[in-house]
Amino acid sequence: MANLYYFIRDALNTATAGGKKYHLWMGMLTFVMLIGAYGYWIQLKEGLHVTGMNDHVSWGLYISNFTFLVGLAAAAVMLVMPAYILKDIDFDKAVLIGEGVAVAALIMCLAFVTADLGSPHRFWHLIPGIGYFNFPSSLLAWDVIVLNGYLILNLSIPFYILFYHYRDKLPQKKLYLPFVYLSVFWAVGIHMVTAFLLAGLPSRPFWNTSLLGPRFLASAFAAGPAFMILLLQFIRTNSQYKIRDETVAKLAMITTVAAQINLIMLGSELFKEFYRHTHHGLSAYYLFFGLEGHNALRPWIWTSITMNIIATTILTIHPLRRNSKWLNPMCLMLFVAIWIEKGFGLIIPGFIPSPLGEIVEYHPSWIELSVTLGIWAMGLFILTILIRVAIYIELGKIRSPKLSST
Amino acid sequence: MSEKKTKFTLADLFKRCQTQKIDTSKSSCGCGSETNCSTNADSQNSCECKSNNHGLDENDVASNTLLNKPMNRRTAIASMIGGTVAGTAVASTGLSLLSTEEKREKTLLKWQEYFKGNFQVMTDKEKAETIHRLERLAKIEKNVDVKIKGTQAQPNTLYGYAFNISKCKGYRNCVDACIKENNLDRKSNMQYIRIFEMENGKMDLESGNAEYYHEVPADGHFYMGTQCFQCANPPCVEVCPVGATWQEPDGIVVVDYDWCIGCRYCEAACPYWARRFNWNTPEVPAKEVNKNQHYLGNREKKKGCVEKCTFCIQRTREGRLPACAEACPTGARVFGNLLDPNSEIRYVLEHKKVFRLKEDLGCEPKFWYFMD
Repeated sequence: MANLYYFIRDALNTATAGGKKYHLWMGMLTFVMLIGAYGYWIQLKEGLHVTGMNDHVSWGLYISNFTFLVGLAAAAVMLVMPAYILKDIDFDKAVLIGEGVAVAALIMCLAFVTADLGSPHRFWHLIPGIGYFNFPSSLLAWDVIVLNGYLILNLSIPFYILFYHYRDKLPQKKLYLPFVYLSVFWAVGIHMVTAFLLAGLPSRPFWNTSLLGPRFLASAFAAGPAFMILLLQFIRTNSQYKIRDETVAKLAMITTVAAQINLIMLGSELFKEFYRHTHHGLSAYYLFFGLEGHNALRPWIWTSITMNIIATTILTIHPLRRNSKWLNPMCLMLFVAIWIEKGFGLIIPGFIPSPLGEIVEYHPSWIELSVTLGIWAMGLFILTILIRVAIYIELGKIRSPKLSST
Repeated sequence: MSEKKTKFTLADLFKRCQTQKIDTSKSSCGCGSETNCSTNADSQNSCECKSNNHGLDENDVASNTLLNKPMNRRTAIASMIGGTVAGTAVASTGLSLLSTEEKREKTLLKWQEYFKGNFQVMTDKEKAETIHRLERLAKIEKNVDVKIKGTQAQPNTLYGYAFNISKCKGYRNCVDACIKENNLDRKSNMQYIRIFEMENGKMDLESGNAEYYHEVPADGHFYMGTQCFQCANPPCVEVCPVGATWQEPDGIVVVDYDWCIGCRYCEAACPYWARRFNWNTPEVPAKEVNKNQHYLGNREKKKGCVEKCTFCIQRTREGRLPACAEACPTGARVFGNLLDPNSEIRYVLEHKKVFRLKEDLGCEPKFWYFMD
């Protein structure tokens, strides 16, 4: 118990102490979070009519970010799988970072869903036992289970490992490896369930496609490792934490292959939507070309597609991918492209036109934007703390004081 | 699913609290104190000061109850917090028009309301209690004497609706009647019914227009109304994560407005765009409130929950027509019991060529269109 106390104390000390740049970064995130909190306070008081959503487009920026971030969380598996299961030594150091990303992304997911709720104070209605949990009929109930389960897994595995390292002990593989296996399947699960949540609605032909699940996975396994590469590059240059070139190279390979598969699926979808023009293709038509003069998403999706194609092409060329001068910006490009495409490029058109054929567009309000930014800032804040503590422990900078006394 | 039981009512406790209510008969300000208080507005402060003590009294009641009666932990915690909440509320009365007594009662009622269960699994006693609380709240907050019913589905009843395209002229009297009957939010101009103006020669809602503002009937057009079709296989019910919406034995799909968490998954799932969300706090002027209400029907809603057409459950379960059918001046709307072979709706289904929207989705709507 005393060890646990020291662990938490040292972790908090590590998280709150740092150089000027660190404090500036955390201060900036706090500022954005406060703006988000202010926006959310207004939303709580006034109701969701302060957002740009309406009965026609009843989900907006919040759910868009939610679907994207579920992918980011699931992509942590790309690091877990080789590191623990395939015993690929290269990934060992990066995996704690990956799990940190998963935790931060999941907390953001839960925050986005909560922000989207009309009556968040009734959250307890969802708790099995005291509430009324509509399982297994509702895919949202499934999502509650898989997301929270994944969060617990990704919190407890790194905690176990770090806590053992903190006490200079070797974590027992027998104890945590089964959970690692579980989390691999679980990662695929969270993303498939989230895709099914949308794909299971025949009322929305834009989502009601069997390709949605696989496409979610492909885009997640491109955007997730792309984000990881950027993060690892940053950690490599700004700390003594050693991450070998091979790790980054392998991640880049994963990103590239996933991005290629994602493009093939995109092509397949475009063919189906546009070869024969049907009413079921109207949402896609709205997204790419606009309908009856409504074309708010058109510039976004074309930006996304262009960035996607450029990034995938350049990453496909071996010499360019191996050069971090090309790799880093292309990863950023791919990440942003997929954020657009799988975020509001996927959610908003599902509602346009409405099931009765009416076209009402959606424009997020500043309150929605501030809450969205606030949640992203919160995610980055949590990610920074988790990674900082993990790195300090892995580098041996913090150790249990009990060790030195004995 | 239905045997799930939520025992989340604090009714017993609060009833006990209420029996110890301070006798207000001696004081017109309602703070219950005779000595320290006059009805004069200047003495508001001393009133509040005394009121604080009432808050403490409430706590005492709660703790006495705790000591004397066996309670489960949740009830005990809730009761303690309840007492504190009541006390705080009384302390913060400020310039409210309500008397302190009413303020405290309102806070307690709201507190009890927060912990009530899903209507589907409430006992009859719990149903009666929440209905009583809601009626009291309407009285306190709006000074309106509403009557909320919990009338159950009648035996051998399955409601169905038919819409005569040849007769509808697009007057939208049904829309107005629906707004008034169902206490729909005036601020956001919420409407359950949508009338589409359709070009002759097209039977495609995509080309219809529901936002027409000109004299009707317009040349070369016909009119088609939509609302909740009370599907026999409703996708909205399936997707609700908390079971806040379900199908009643008479086929009406209802929403427990106080159980809905406002995720709007049902709105996304409905292929007929029948559901509405309360984006803001719904507003109905006190004098326009329809006082004849049903718990699962037209009672007033709060912000952040979903609602929908219930075929006017508060009327139809008493053998009356839905407001839209009654208001229609052209006789385009036919409503009735599908299980009654002599009903008009059965006549229409048996003698007219009828069709439904989007049958390919398999939702089995109980709303048919026909032509003369």
